[in-house]
Amino acid sequence: MDALALLSFGPTGWGDEIAWGVLVTVSLALATLPFGLALGFLVALAKQSPEPSLRAAGQIYTTIFRGLPELLTLFLVYFGVQIGLQRIVRLVIPDAAIEVNSFVAGMIALGVVFSSYASEVFLSAFKAIPRGQYEGGHALGLTDAQTMRLVILPQLLRVALPGLGNLWLILVKDTALVSAIGLSDILRQAGIAARVSREQFLFFGVAILIYLALAVISSAGISAIERRVGRARPAR
Amino acid sequence: MTAEALAQRPPAPPRPWTRARIAGWVLLGLWAAAGLGLALFLVASWNPELFSQYAPRYLSGLWVTIQLVAISVAVGALLSIPIAYARLSRNRVLSWLGYAYVYVFRGTPLLAQTFLIYYGFGSFRPQLEAVGLWSFFREAWSCALFAFSLNTAAYQAEILRGAIQSVPRGQWEGAAALGLHRLQALRLVVLPQALVVALRPYGNELILMIKGSAIVAIITVYDLMGETRRAYSRSFDFQTYLWAALLYLALVESLRHAVDWIERRITRHLVR
Repeated sequence: MDALALLSFGPTGWGDEIAWGVLVTVSLALATLPFGLALGFLVALAKQSPEPSLRAAGQIYTTIFRGLPELLTLFLVYFGVQIGLQRIVRLVIPDAAIEVNSFVAGMIALGVVFSSYASEVFLSAFKAIPRGQYEGGHALGLTDAQTMRLVILPQLLRVALPGLGNLWLILVKDTALVSAIGLSDILRQAGIAARVSREQFLFFGVAILIYLALAVISSAGISAIERRVGRARPAR
Repeated sequence: MTAEALAQRPPAPPRPWTRARIAGWVLLGLWAAAGLGLALFLVASWNPELFSQYAPRYLSGLWVTIQLVAISVAVGALLSIPIAYARLSRNRVLSWLGYAYVYVFRGTPLLAQTFLIYYGFGSFRPQLEAVGLWSFFREAWSCALFAFSLNTAAYQAEILRGAIQSVPRGQWEGAAALGLHRLQALRLVVLPQALVVALRPYGNELILMIKGSAIVAIITVYDLMGETRRAYSRSFDFQTYLWAALLYLALVESLRHAVDWIERRITRHLVR
Protein backbone atom coordinates (compact mmCIF):
# COMPACT_ATOMS: atom_id res chain seq x y z
CA MET A 1 0.00 0.00 0.00
CA ASP A 2 1.33 3.42 -0.77
CA ALA A 3 1.81 6.20 1.72
CA LEU A 4 -1.21 8.26 0.73
CA ALA A 5 -3.59 5.36 1.15
CA LEU A 6 -2.11 4.60 4.57
CA LEU A 7 -2.59 8.19 5.67
CA SER A 8 -6.11 8.56 4.27
CA PHE A 9 -9.12 9.11 6.50
CA GLY A 10 -11.17 5.96 6.33
CA PRO A 11 -11.32 2.35 7.43
CA THR A 12 -8.08 1.42 5.65
CA GLY A 13 -6.09 4.58 6.38
CA TRP A 14 -4.70 5.85 9.65
CA GLY A 15 -5.46 9.54 9.02
CA ASP A 16 -8.43 9.71 11.37
CA GLU A 17 -6.61 7.87 14.18
CA ILE A 18 -3.68 10.25 13.94
CA ALA A 19 -5.99 13.27 13.75
CA TRP A 20 -7.54 12.04 17.01
CA GLY A 21 -4.05 11.87 18.46
CA VAL A 22 -3.42 15.49 17.44
CA LEU A 23 -6.65 16.46 19.18
CA VAL A 24 -5.59 14.65 22.36
CA THR A 25 -2.12 16.24 22.33
CA VAL A 26 -3.45 19.74 21.74
CA SER A 27 -6.21 19.46 24.31
CA LEU A 28 -3.82 18.06 26.91
CA ALA A 29 -1.43 20.97 26.35
CA LEU A 30 -4.27 23.51 26.43
CA ALA A 31 -5.77 21.96 29.57
CA THR A 32 -2.39 21.99 31.33
CA LEU A 33 -1.60 25.60 30.48
CA PRO A 34 -4.02 27.52 32.77
CA PHE A 35 -3.35 25.11 35.66
CA GLY A 36 0.42 25.43 35.21
CA LEU A 37 0.30 29.21 34.81
CA ALA A 38 -1.81 29.74 37.93
CA LEU A 39 0.33 27.41 40.03
CA GLY A 40 3.53 28.95 38.66
CA PHE A 41 2.30 32.43 39.50
CA LEU A 42 1.48 31.43 43.07
CA VAL A 43 4.91 29.85 43.50
CA ALA A 44 6.54 32.98 42.08
CA LEU A 45 4.53 35.12 44.54
CA ALA A 46 5.89 32.97 47.36
CA LYS A 47 9.45 33.19 46.06
CA GLN A 48 9.44 36.98 45.81
CA SER A 49 7.83 37.47 49.19
CA PRO A 50 9.81 39.32 51.90
CA GLU A 51 8.93 36.46 54.25
CA PRO A 52 11.84 33.97 54.36
CA SER A 53 9.76 30.91 55.26
CA LEU A 54 7.49 31.49 52.26
CA ARG A 55 10.51 31.90 49.97
CA ALA A 56 12.01 28.67 51.26
CA ALA A 57 8.75 26.78 50.67
CA GLY A 58 8.62 28.03 47.06
CA GLN A 59 12.28 27.20 46.52
CA ILE A 60 11.80 23.61 47.67
CA TYR A 61 8.96 23.23 45.18
CA THR A 62 11.05 24.33 42.19
CA THR A 63 14.09 22.38 43.29
CA ILE A 64 12.11 19.16 43.40
CA PHE A 65 10.10 19.48 40.22
CA ARG A 66 12.86 20.94 38.09
CA GLY A 67 15.26 18.25 39.26
CA LEU A 68 13.12 15.20 38.52
CA PRO A 69 12.92 13.82 34.98
CA GLU A 70 9.52 14.64 33.47
CA LEU A 71 8.91 10.97 32.74
CA LEU A 72 9.56 10.04 36.37
CA THR A 73 7.24 12.79 37.61
CA LEU A 74 4.60 11.40 35.29
CA PHE A 75 4.99 7.87 36.66
CA LEU A 76 5.11 9.13 40.25
CA VAL A 77 1.81 10.93 39.73
CA TYR A 78 0.21 8.16 37.69
CA PHE A 79 1.05 5.30 40.05
CA GLY A 80 1.38 7.34 43.24
CA VAL A 81 -2.05 8.95 43.01
CA GLN A 82 -3.55 5.62 42.07
CA ILE A 83 -2.04 3.82 45.07
CA GLY A 84 -2.76 6.69 47.43
CA LEU A 85 -6.39 7.01 46.39
CA GLN A 86 -6.85 3.27 46.50
CA ARG A 87 -5.60 3.12 50.09
CA ILE A 88 -7.94 5.90 51.14
CA VAL A 89 -10.97 4.50 49.34
CA ARG A 90 -10.34 1.00 50.68
CA LEU A 91 -10.77 2.30 54.19
CA VAL A 92 -14.42 2.70 53.27
CA ILE A 93 -14.99 0.15 50.50
CA PRO A 94 -12.60 -2.77 51.12
CA ASP A 95 -12.21 -4.06 47.57
CA ALA A 96 -12.47 -0.99 45.41
CA ALA A 97 -10.17 -0.72 42.40
CA ILE A 98 -9.18 2.78 41.43
CA GLU A 99 -8.02 3.60 37.92
CA VAL A 100 -6.56 7.05 37.52
CA ASN A 101 -7.39 8.64 34.19
CA SER A 102 -4.14 9.01 32.25
CA PHE A 103 -5.27 12.36 30.84
CA VAL A 104 -5.68 13.77 34.35
CA ALA A 105 -2.39 12.23 35.52
CA GLY A 106 -0.65 13.76 32.48
CA MET A 107 -2.25 17.10 33.18
CA ILE A 108 -1.13 17.13 36.81
CA ALA A 109 2.42 15.97 36.08
CA LEU A 110 2.99 18.30 33.13
CA GLY A 111 1.30 21.16 34.98
CA VAL A 112 3.55 20.74 38.00
CA VAL A 113 6.68 20.67 35.84
CA PHE A 114 5.43 23.64 33.80
CA SER A 115 4.66 25.63 36.95
CA SER A 116 8.11 25.12 38.43
CA TYR A 117 9.70 26.60 35.30
CA ALA A 118 6.99 29.27 34.95
CA SER A 119 7.63 30.41 38.52
CA GLU A 120 11.22 31.25 37.54
CA VAL A 121 9.97 33.22 34.51
CA PHE A 122 7.46 35.13 36.67
CA LEU A 123 10.11 35.71 39.32
CA SER A 124 12.47 37.40 36.89
CA ALA A 125 9.53 39.40 35.52
CA PHE A 126 8.74 40.56 39.07
CA LYS A 127 12.30 41.83 39.36
CA ALA A 128 11.81 43.91 36.21
CA ILE A 129 8.96 45.90 37.78
CA PRO A 130 10.09 48.96 39.73
CA ARG A 131 9.02 49.42 43.37
CA GLY A 132 7.41 52.71 42.40
CA GLN A 133 4.63 50.82 40.68
CA TYR A 134 3.57 49.24 43.97
CA GLU A 135 3.93 52.57 45.77
CA GLY A 136 1.91 54.32 43.07
CA GLY A 137 -0.83 51.73 43.46
CA HIS A 138 -0.93 52.23 47.22
CA ALA A 139 -0.87 56.02 46.82
CA LEU A 140 -4.03 55.74 44.74
CA GLY A 141 -5.66 53.94 47.64
CA LEU A 142 -5.66 50.49 46.05
CA THR A 143 -5.40 47.45 48.30
CA ASP A 144 -2.55 44.97 47.88
CA ALA A 145 -4.73 42.65 45.83
CA GLN A 146 -5.99 45.46 43.63
CA THR A 147 -2.47 46.78 43.05
CA MET A 148 -1.40 43.29 42.02
CA ARG A 149 -4.33 42.75 39.68
CA LEU A 150 -4.66 46.20 38.11
CA VAL A 151 -1.12 47.60 38.15
CA ILE A 152 1.47 44.84 38.43
CA LEU A 153 -0.06 41.89 36.59
CA PRO A 154 -0.62 43.61 33.21
CA GLN A 155 3.01 44.73 33.14
CA LEU A 156 4.26 41.43 34.51
CA LEU A 157 2.58 39.40 31.77
CA ARG A 158 4.14 41.55 29.10
CA VAL A 159 7.65 41.02 30.49
CA ALA A 160 7.04 37.30 31.07
CA LEU A 161 5.55 36.61 27.66
CA PRO A 162 8.68 35.53 25.74
CA GLY A 163 9.69 33.17 28.54
CA LEU A 164 6.19 31.73 28.79
CA GLY A 165 6.14 31.26 25.02
CA ASN A 166 9.24 29.08 25.29
CA LEU A 167 7.65 27.09 28.09
CA TRP A 168 4.56 26.50 25.94
CA LEU A 169 6.76 25.03 23.18
CA ILE A 170 8.45 22.78 25.76
CA LEU A 171 5.03 21.77 27.11
CA VAL A 172 3.81 20.70 23.67
CA LYS A 173 6.92 18.55 23.26
CA ASP A 174 6.60 17.09 26.76
CA THR A 175 3.05 15.88 26.03
CA ALA A 176 4.70 13.14 23.94
CA LEU A 177 5.64 11.47 27.25
CA VAL A 178 2.02 10.62 28.09
CA SER A 179 2.11 8.00 25.35
CA ALA A 180 4.11 5.99 27.91
CA ILE A 181 1.11 5.81 30.27
CA GLY A 182 -1.23 4.80 27.50
CA LEU A 183 -2.86 8.06 26.45
CA SER A 184 -3.66 8.06 22.70
CA ASP A 185 -1.65 11.11 21.72
CA ILE A 186 0.09 11.68 18.37
CA LEU A 187 3.06 9.51 19.19
CA ARG A 188 1.08 6.56 20.50
CA GLN A 189 -1.34 6.58 17.57
CA ALA A 190 1.56 6.83 15.13
CA GLY A 191 3.26 3.96 16.96
CA ILE A 192 0.19 1.74 16.67
CA ALA A 193 -0.17 2.58 12.97
CA ALA A 194 3.54 1.88 12.45
CA ARG A 195 3.36 -1.50 14.13
CA VAL A 196 0.23 -2.64 12.30
CA SER A 197 1.20 -1.40 8.84
CA ARG A 198 4.93 -2.13 9.28
CA GLU A 199 5.66 1.29 7.80
CA GLN A 200 7.65 2.50 10.81
CA PHE A 201 9.60 5.26 9.15
CA LEU A 202 6.54 6.71 7.42
CA PHE A 203 4.43 7.02 10.55
CA PHE A 204 7.10 8.23 12.95
CA GLY A 205 8.19 10.69 10.25
CA VAL A 206 4.61 11.93 10.02
CA ALA A 207 4.50 12.28 13.81
CA ILE A 208 7.67 14.40 13.73
CA LEU A 209 6.22 16.57 10.97
CA ILE A 210 3.02 17.09 12.96
CA TYR A 211 4.99 18.16 16.04
CA LEU A 212 7.00 20.48 13.81
CA ALA A 213 3.79 21.96 12.41
CA LEU A 214 2.49 22.47 15.96
CA ALA A 215 5.73 24.25 16.84
CA VAL A 216 5.49 26.51 13.77
CA ILE A 217 1.84 27.35 14.51
CA SER A 218 2.67 28.01 18.18
CA SER A 219 5.57 30.31 17.32
CA ALA A 220 3.36 32.23 14.92
CA GLY A 221 0.67 32.51 17.59
CA ILE A 222 3.16 33.61 20.25
CA SER A 223 4.66 36.32 18.06
CA ALA A 224 1.16 37.53 17.15
CA ILE A 225 0.35 37.86 20.86
CA GLU A 226 3.66 39.61 21.50
CA ARG A 227 2.97 42.09 18.73
CA ARG A 228 -0.49 42.78 20.10
CA VAL A 229 0.76 43.22 23.63
CA GLY A 230 3.70 45.32 22.49
CA ARG A 231 1.35 47.66 20.66
CA ALA A 232 -0.33 48.62 23.91
CA ARG A 233 2.97 49.80 25.37
CA PRO A 234 2.99 53.58 25.81
CA ALA A 235 5.59 55.52 23.87
CA ARG A 236 8.59 56.49 25.95
CA MET B 1 31.40 49.16 71.08
CA THR B 2 30.85 49.91 74.77
CA ALA B 3 28.10 48.46 76.87
CA GLU B 4 26.51 51.92 77.10
CA ALA B 5 26.21 52.26 73.31
CA LEU B 6 24.69 48.82 73.15
CA ALA B 7 22.12 49.72 75.73
CA GLN B 8 20.98 52.80 73.83
CA ARG B 9 19.58 50.80 70.95
CA PRO B 10 15.99 49.72 71.67
CA PRO B 11 15.29 46.03 71.26
CA ALA B 12 13.98 45.02 67.83
CA PRO B 13 10.20 44.79 67.90
CA PRO B 14 8.91 41.23 67.68
CA ARG B 15 8.11 40.29 64.13
CA PRO B 16 4.35 40.21 63.76
CA TRP B 17 2.60 37.05 62.60
CA THR B 18 1.42 38.39 59.28
CA ARG B 19 -0.66 36.29 56.95
CA ALA B 20 2.40 35.71 54.72
CA ARG B 21 4.41 34.48 57.69
CA ILE B 22 1.67 32.09 58.77
CA ALA B 23 1.25 30.80 55.21
CA GLY B 24 5.01 30.36 54.88
CA TRP B 25 5.30 28.31 58.06
CA VAL B 26 2.24 26.26 57.18
CA LEU B 27 3.73 25.45 53.77
CA LEU B 28 7.12 24.67 55.28
CA GLY B 29 5.31 22.45 57.77
CA LEU B 30 3.62 20.65 54.89
CA TRP B 31 6.97 20.11 53.16
CA ALA B 32 8.46 18.85 56.42
CA ALA B 33 5.50 16.52 56.85
CA ALA B 34 5.90 15.30 53.28
CA GLY B 35 9.62 14.70 53.81
CA LEU B 36 8.98 12.94 57.09
CA GLY B 37 6.20 10.91 55.50
CA LEU B 38 8.55 9.89 52.70
CA ALA B 39 11.24 8.89 55.18
CA LEU B 40 8.75 6.95 57.32
CA PHE B 41 7.31 5.25 54.24
CA LEU B 42 10.77 4.20 53.09
CA VAL B 43 11.66 2.95 56.59
CA ALA B 44 8.34 1.14 57.05
CA SER B 45 8.53 -0.55 53.69
CA TRP B 46 12.23 -1.34 54.10
CA ASN B 47 12.77 -4.74 52.59
CA PRO B 48 16.33 -6.12 52.77
CA GLU B 49 15.55 -8.70 50.11
CA LEU B 50 14.29 -6.07 47.68
CA PHE B 51 17.25 -3.87 48.48
CA SER B 52 19.88 -6.54 47.97
CA GLN B 53 18.21 -7.56 44.74
CA TYR B 54 17.77 -4.15 43.18
CA ALA B 55 20.40 -1.83 44.69
CA PRO B 56 23.22 -3.12 42.43
CA ARG B 57 20.88 -2.81 39.44
CA TYR B 58 20.03 0.76 40.31
CA LEU B 59 23.72 1.57 40.50
CA SER B 60 24.37 -0.03 37.14
CA GLY B 61 21.37 1.87 35.77
CA LEU B 62 22.78 5.09 37.14
CA TRP B 63 26.09 4.29 35.48
CA VAL B 64 24.30 3.67 32.15
CA THR B 65 22.54 7.03 32.47
CA ILE B 66 25.82 8.80 33.18
CA GLN B 67 27.56 7.08 30.27
CA LEU B 68 24.71 7.82 27.89
CA VAL B 69 24.63 11.50 28.83
CA ALA B 70 28.41 11.93 28.90
CA ILE B 71 28.97 10.32 25.50
CA SER B 72 26.08 12.04 23.75
CA VAL B 73 26.92 15.45 25.21
CA ALA B 74 30.56 15.05 24.11
CA VAL B 75 29.59 13.91 20.60
CA GLY B 76 26.97 16.66 20.48
CA ALA B 77 29.61 19.23 21.41
CA LEU B 78 31.73 18.15 18.45
CA LEU B 79 28.75 18.18 16.09
CA SER B 80 27.61 21.55 17.36
CA ILE B 81 30.74 23.30 16.10
CA PRO B 82 29.99 22.96 12.36
CA ILE B 83 26.30 23.69 13.01
CA ALA B 84 27.07 26.87 14.92
CA TYR B 85 29.54 27.79 12.17
CA ALA B 86 26.78 27.31 9.57
CA ARG B 87 24.34 29.37 11.65
CA LEU B 88 26.86 32.22 11.89
CA SER B 89 27.93 31.99 8.26
CA ARG B 90 27.16 34.82 5.86
CA ASN B 91 26.40 32.24 3.20
CA ARG B 92 22.59 32.23 2.91
CA VAL B 93 22.25 28.53 2.07
CA LEU B 94 24.60 27.43 4.83
CA SER B 95 22.98 29.56 7.50
CA TRP B 96 19.53 28.38 6.39
CA LEU B 97 20.65 24.76 6.64
CA GLY B 98 21.98 25.36 10.13
CA TYR B 99 18.73 27.06 11.11
CA ALA B 100 16.62 24.22 9.70
CA TYR B 101 18.66 21.60 11.60
CA VAL B 102 18.31 23.47 14.86
CA TYR B 103 14.61 24.15 14.32
CA VAL B 104 13.73 20.54 13.53
CA PHE B 105 15.61 19.09 16.49
CA ARG B 106 14.46 21.70 18.97
CA GLY B 107 10.88 21.79 17.69
CA THR B 108 10.07 18.11 18.05
CA PRO B 109 10.02 15.82 21.10
CA LEU B 110 13.18 13.87 21.82
CA LEU B 111 11.01 10.80 22.33
CA ALA B 112 9.63 11.07 18.77
CA GLN B 113 13.17 11.51 17.40
CA THR B 114 14.34 8.46 19.31
CA PHE B 115 11.39 6.41 18.00
CA LEU B 116 12.05 7.55 14.44
CA ILE B 117 15.65 6.40 14.67
CA TYR B 118 15.11 3.19 16.61
CA TYR B 119 11.92 1.90 14.98
CA GLY B 120 11.80 4.01 11.81
CA PHE B 121 15.24 3.12 10.52
CA GLY B 122 14.15 -0.51 10.68
CA SER B 123 12.19 0.21 7.49
CA PHE B 124 15.52 0.52 5.68
CA ARG B 125 16.96 -2.70 6.99
CA PRO B 126 18.07 -4.08 3.57
CA GLN B 127 19.81 -0.82 2.66
CA LEU B 128 21.42 -0.51 6.10
CA GLU B 129 22.57 -4.12 5.93
CA ALA B 130 24.10 -3.41 2.52
CA VAL B 131 26.26 -0.62 3.95
CA GLY B 132 26.98 -2.55 7.14
CA LEU B 133 25.26 -0.13 9.50
CA TRP B 134 22.47 -2.45 10.56
CA SER B 135 24.28 -3.72 13.63
CA PHE B 136 24.44 -0.11 14.83
CA PHE B 137 20.78 0.71 14.24
CA ARG B 138 19.56 -2.63 15.59
CA GLU B 139 20.70 -1.83 19.12
CA ALA B 140 18.48 0.35 21.30
CA TRP B 141 21.55 1.65 23.11
CA SER B 142 23.37 2.94 20.03
CA CYS B 143 20.15 4.35 18.54
CA ALA B 144 19.51 6.28 21.75
CA LEU B 145 23.08 7.52 21.72
CA PHE B 146 22.71 8.61 18.09
CA ALA B 147 19.37 10.39 18.67
CA PHE B 148 20.60 12.13 21.83
CA SER B 149 23.81 13.29 20.15
CA LEU B 150 21.91 14.81 17.23
CA ASN B 151 19.42 16.42 19.58
CA THR B 152 21.89 17.93 22.01
CA ALA B 153 24.04 19.11 19.07
CA ALA B 154 21.17 21.39 18.02
CA TYR B 155 20.83 22.87 21.52
CA GLN B 156 24.58 23.22 22.01
CA ALA B 157 24.97 24.90 18.62
CA GLU B 158 22.52 27.58 19.76
CA ILE B 159 24.38 28.00 23.05
CA LEU B 160 27.69 28.33 21.23
CA ARG B 161 26.25 30.76 18.69
CA GLY B 162 24.66 32.91 21.38
CA ALA B 163 27.87 32.96 23.41
CA ILE B 164 30.05 33.91 20.44
CA GLN B 165 27.63 36.63 19.44
CA SER B 166 27.62 37.97 22.99
CA VAL B 167 31.28 38.93 22.63
CA PRO B 168 31.44 42.53 21.35
CA ARG B 169 32.69 43.14 17.79
CA GLY B 170 35.50 45.28 19.16
CA GLN B 171 37.16 42.14 20.55
CA TRP B 172 37.45 40.70 17.04
CA GLU B 173 38.71 44.00 15.72
CA GLY B 174 41.21 44.33 18.55
CA ALA B 175 42.52 40.86 17.82
CA ALA B 176 42.78 41.68 14.13
CA ALA B 177 44.66 44.88 14.99
CA LEU B 178 47.15 42.79 16.96
CA GLY B 179 47.75 40.79 13.80
CA LEU B 180 45.98 37.65 14.94
CA HIS B 181 44.54 35.33 12.36
CA ARG B 182 40.73 34.83 12.57
CA LEU B 183 41.12 31.35 14.01
CA GLN B 184 43.65 32.61 16.53
CA ALA B 185 41.32 35.45 17.45
CA LEU B 186 38.54 32.94 18.00
CA ARG B 187 40.68 30.63 20.09
CA LEU B 188 42.65 33.17 22.12
CA VAL B 189 40.31 36.14 22.45
CA VAL B 190 36.69 35.32 21.72
CA LEU B 191 36.17 31.78 23.00
CA PRO B 192 37.59 32.38 26.50
CA GLN B 193 35.06 35.19 26.92
CA ALA B 194 32.26 33.33 25.20
CA LEU B 195 32.68 30.22 27.33
CA VAL B 196 32.20 32.20 30.53
CA VAL B 197 28.82 33.25 29.16
CA ALA B 198 28.10 29.73 27.91
CA LEU B 199 28.91 27.90 31.14
CA ARG B 200 25.48 28.21 32.71
CA PRO B 201 23.55 27.28 29.54
CA TYR B 202 25.88 24.29 29.08
CA GLY B 203 25.22 23.24 32.66
CA ASN B 204 21.48 23.54 32.06
CA GLU B 205 21.76 21.51 28.88
CA LEU B 206 23.64 18.79 30.76
CA ILE B 207 20.88 18.71 33.38
CA LEU B 208 18.20 18.63 30.68
CA MET B 209 19.98 15.70 29.06
CA ILE B 210 20.15 13.78 32.33
CA LYS B 211 16.42 14.31 32.81
CA GLY B 212 15.64 13.68 29.16
CA SER B 213 17.68 10.48 29.08
CA ALA B 214 15.00 8.82 31.24
CA ILE B 215 12.99 8.24 28.05
CA VAL B 216 15.41 5.56 26.83
CA ALA B 217 13.64 3.30 29.31
CA ILE B 218 10.74 3.27 26.83
CA ILE B 219 12.94 1.74 24.11
CA THR B 220 14.22 -0.91 26.55
CA VAL B 221 17.58 0.54 27.52
CA TYR B 222 18.14 -0.26 31.19
CA ASP B 223 19.29 3.08 32.47
CA LEU B 224 18.25 4.27 35.95
CA MET B 225 14.66 4.78 34.76
CA GLY B 226 14.65 1.46 32.92
CA GLU B 227 15.85 -0.42 36.01
CA THR B 228 13.21 1.40 38.04
CA ARG B 229 10.42 0.36 35.69
CA ARG B 230 11.65 -3.21 35.71
CA ALA B 231 11.85 -3.26 39.49
CA TYR B 232 8.33 -1.82 39.77
CA SER B 233 6.83 -4.22 37.27
CA ARG B 234 8.27 -7.16 39.24
CA SER B 235 7.66 -6.02 42.80
CA PHE B 236 4.67 -3.63 42.48
CA ASP B 237 6.34 -1.72 45.27
CA PHE B 238 5.98 2.03 44.93
CA GLN B 239 9.21 2.69 46.80
CA THR B 240 11.10 1.68 43.65
CA TYR B 241 10.01 4.95 42.05
CA LEU B 242 10.81 6.97 45.15
CA TRP B 243 14.38 5.66 45.26
CA ALA B 244 14.82 6.62 41.62
CA ALA B 245 13.46 10.10 42.36
CA LEU B 246 15.97 10.53 45.19
CA LEU B 247 18.85 9.37 42.99
CA TYR B 248 17.89 11.69 40.13
CA LEU B 249 17.43 14.63 42.49
CA ALA B 250 20.82 14.02 44.09
CA LEU B 251 22.49 13.79 40.67
CA VAL B 252 20.87 16.94 39.27
CA GLU B 253 21.34 18.99 42.43
CA SER B 254 25.01 18.13 42.82
CA LEU B 255 25.58 19.01 39.18
CA ARG B 256 23.77 22.32 39.60
CA HIS B 257 25.87 23.21 42.63
CA ALA B 258 29.04 22.22 40.78
CA VAL B 259 28.14 24.57 37.91
CA ASP B 260 27.42 27.36 40.41
CA TRP B 261 30.78 26.79 42.05
CA ILE B 262 32.68 26.81 38.74
CA GLU B 263 30.85 29.94 37.65
CA ARG B 264 31.75 31.73 40.88
CA ARG B 265 35.38 30.75 40.41
CA ILE B 266 35.78 31.75 36.78
CA THR B 267 33.98 35.07 37.15
CA ARG B 268 36.00 36.22 40.15
CA HIS B 269 37.71 38.83 37.97
CA LEU B 270 34.29 40.30 37.04
CA VAL B 271 33.09 40.83 40.61
CA ARG B 272 33.24 44.46 41.60
